[in-house]
Amino acid sequence: MRVTTRRIAPEGAHRSLGLTDDEFGQIIGVLGRAPTDVELAMYSVMWSEHCSYKSSRVHLGRLPTTGAHVIVGPGENAGVVDVGDGVAVAVRIESHNHPSAIEPYQGAATGVGGILRDIFTMGARPIALMDPLFIGSLSDARSRYILDGVVRGISGYGNSVGVPTVGGQITFDDIYAGNPLVNVFCLGLMHVDHLVLGRATGVGNLAVLLGSRTGRDGIGGVSVLASAAFGETGADADAAKRPSVQVGDPYEEKRLIEACLQLLDEHLVVGIQDLGGAGLACATSETAARGGLGMDVDVTAVPRREPAMSAVEVMTSESQERMLAIVEPAALDRVVEVCSRWEVTATVVGRVGPCDADGVGRLRIRDGDGGEILAEVPAASLADDAPRYRRPLSPPADLAERRLRDPSLLDAPADCGADLLALLVDASWIYRQYDHQLFLNTVLGPGDGDAALLRCSSPGIEWTGKALAMSADANPGWCLVDPRLGTAATVAESALNVACTGARPIALVNCLNFGNPEHPEVMWQLSEAIDGMTEACEALAIPVVGGNVSLYNASEGRDIDPTPVVAVVGLLDRLQRRPPAISWRAGDTIVMLGRTVPSLGGSRWARALRAHVDGELAPLDLVAHARLVDLVASLVAAEAGADDAPGLVSGLHDVSDGGLAVALAELAVASGVGCAVRRVASHAELFAESPSRVLVATPRPEQLVAAAYAAGVEAAPVGVARGERLVVEGLVDLSLDEIADARRAHLEGAIEAPASGG
Amino acid sequence: MSAVAVVVFPGSNCEHDVVRALRGLGGDARLVWHGDESLGDASAVVLPGGFAHGDYLRPGAIARFSPIMAAVAEFAAHGGPVVGICNGFQVLTEAGLLPGALRRNTGLRFVCETVTCTVVSSRSVLTSGVAPGTRLALPINHGEGNFTCDPATLAELEGSGQVVLRYEGNPNGSVAAVAGVANAQGNVVGLMPHPERASAGLLGSDDGLVLLRSLLDSAADEALSSRARGAAAS
Repeated sequence: MRVTTRRIAPEGAHRSLGLTDDEFGQIIGVLGRAPTDVELAMYSVMWSEHCSYKSSRVHLGRLPTTGAHVIVGPGENAGVVDVGDGVAVAVRIESHNHPSAIEPYQGAATGVGGILRDIFTMGARPIALMDPLFIGSLSDARSRYILDGVVRGISGYGNSVGVPTVGGQITFDDIYAGNPLVNVFCLGLMHVDHLVLGRATGVGNLAVLLGSRTGRDGIGGVSVLASAAFGETGADADAAKRPSVQVGDPYEEKRLIEACLQLLDEHLVVGIQDLGGAGLACATSETAARGGLGMDVDVTAVPRREPAMSAVEVMTSESQERMLAIVEPAALDRVVEVCSRWEVTATVVGRVGPCDADGVGRLRIRDGDGGEILAEVPAASLADDAPRYRRPLSPPADLAERRLRDPSLLDAPADCGADLLALLVDASWIYRQYDHQLFLNTVLGPGDGDAALLRCSSPGIEWTGKALAMSADANPGWCLVDPRLGTAATVAESALNVACTGARPIALVNCLNFGNPEHPEVMWQLSEAIDGMTEACEALAIPVVGGNVSLYNASEGRDIDPTPVVAVVGLLDRLQRRPPAISWRAGDTIVMLGRTVPSLGGSRWARALRAHVDGELAPLDLVAHARLVDLVASLVAAEAGADDAPGLVSGLHDVSDGGLAVALAELAVASGVGCAVRRVASHAELFAESPSRVLVATPRPEQLVAAAYAAGVEAAPVGVARGERLVVEGLVDLSLDEIADARRAHLEGAIEAPASGG
Repeated sequence: MSAVAVVVFPGSNCEHDVVRALRGLGGDARLVWHGDESLGDASAVVLPGGFAHGDYLRPGAIARFSPIMAAVAEFAAHGGPVVGICNGFQVLTEAGLLPGALRRNTGLRFVCETVTCTVVSSRSVLTSGVAPGTRLALPINHGEGNFTCDPATLAELEGSGQVVLRYEGNPNGSVAAVAGVANAQGNVVGLMPHPERASAGLLGSDDGLVLLRSLLDSAADEALSSRARGAAAS
């Protein structure tokens, strides 16, 4: 069929939609003619950096994605991993950075909404969220406003939609002042046989739009907003992007979750896909392309929130809380019935069609059922024919020089205690605002352990004694110094965090937050980070089952530091008791597993207190790290799951950000018991962030050390838990009250009662 | 056999947790849809936590008009045990089944944490099995749990043993640190803390079990007396 009447996009329109002239030429090549306005709009969102991964895709293929338990790897809405008993977990992580910078509450809220849809579209019930946040210093009023809005947005949406937020991570640094990062992770639980993919199969099947009506919010969210840097044309221009931020309604989403899970339970849909970035353009083209068929969409059938919306607006709107279900005609009545119980609107907007005579499945957007064709494009071309760039990459010219500037050579602090206090943050102000207990699964919640630990159960899935651990981690300080080793160390830490709850890592998802990919140095960081992640995941046998790339994180011409976020999921086979966590008992001996390398390169001490971002990271021995992960998981699993708890471990905490000093302070405050630590030679040993270390509190140190050596892990007693002061001989002597006050002051104090000025 | 009806409004989210905790105690608990007009043969009712109707307008303000609420009011009028947890408490005050109202927390932020509460009175279906003065570690999870009423009402509630649960400290600014109240007969109770979230040592506390056990005992009593009423009527 030929397009007989159509509105050709005006000359140059592609540029304001974020497409380059070359990309516009490619569209003409695909179509064999100039695009209509609707076609151009659809290509502009689908070929955006956010949707197409055009700068990163050539590198992502290096990541290891297979494993014995992987059911669905990257490329679908979420990764799916088998955990036994006929149950699987679906996991995904995403960024909502740019919207949150412009409109913190809605940006963060709709980030939560979007990730939930990615999970329940697979047939899984979302049971846990985690939110890694990266915000400018709280001495800056705008950063306080952003943090407050983001936390309220996550709280307002997540609590109301009924999915607990069980963990996260918070980093404060000026580099994020103009471009904060808001990442969101979600884990869902499903019966393996309920798995549904986002495929439009079966010619004649109906495309049914579920949920909210379509409005003018979020148009161009993935292109002009998410795929461009801030601040290059001034603050007014950034503020003008505010209408590109979507507005969320958690109540609509809650009903949509229940309706969709019931539809999937009753096997009423053959495929389902959420509407997120790029809206209907994305959902219709992706389902048709994955099904290898065509689709006819009647744009006038789409329920609208506002009058006089154009076809372009309807197809590219990012209005929230919508799903596209592919339904056999015979099932339609029951689908409508289920939806109406949950007060969810269900509207037929299209029909799956055969491929054309040339074997190509085309997406046709029509003005009315069987009406004039407004767009006619090969469905796969929107998703698969997007440009792929092998962008130039190069390390910073002064890299060698920077690596020689070792912060270990800086003057020792006059008062290590004061430096320790300056590094402490109590995140409870944040997580107290999140429901972290719903579904009665949360055994270790935020602040309790190095990872969250949840019973593996949900409404409809009985608990069989297993538990799931999850930890979201990032360390931009390490990754700036060495993106490859820093990323590997981040993966190593995340795996160790999971092991500290007794679980063994089974899968990883990543969110790669980087600056402007047109800068060769940023592309080098991204490529190095992917290599580092690959090395660590291979050595630790953790498959990557999903990911997200967020580029153009920059403001006023300054790229953020490389911020790859990883979330590792672990499985604990048997949970009978609460496992030991971040605490100790008076009288315990404190044993360090692993060995400190007194290097301050990449440490928070150097970066936050000395403004020093150079040097080298301590080496990471991934083989030794795998032994440590294994040992720690075994020790804790024995306490949590054996019929008789051996009582060898009373508490533990990994040593990472802030080094030994911060780990000791967190253990002491959590327990209300101080410590006396000896034989720490210098401030460098105190604040070094060398990898592969865990502090374990034990009543039987000889036995613990022997178990460690038997497992090939170095171990040595470093002190005793006792008293009401944190004492590191010759370096630190602080009361627990001083520590607790400092922790509170740096977040709650700064935001609830900020110092004047700022 | 006595069954507990757990009402599901669109936007409720703690209904499965309440069922799980009650069944863990050997109770019979089932979900009842807000659009139904009958509680069936239920011997007790729980209005669970969550955000019924999105908390739009005001928490509980729309839910009170759900068809099931007429049956709940009638059941309560006959002395049947009714417990509202968190959002369910808000619904009960909006429906006029309990005195007072719940305002936004002082501090204007949502609060999720475990707090210590003291049982003040055993004169209610939820606290009948617990001695006054018993301290319980119970999770709270709300943005609008700040209980308020006029001084005369408060004096009456205090005087007649209708304040059943009180916070140690005051996490939300409630008048007299009230965490839970009952009606004059003691068969309708509302509380902001979540006893179902304190139902297993694994979760950090099982202090909520004494409350849920009292409710199951009250349901059993109700089943007996309802049968007696039925027998007398026939």
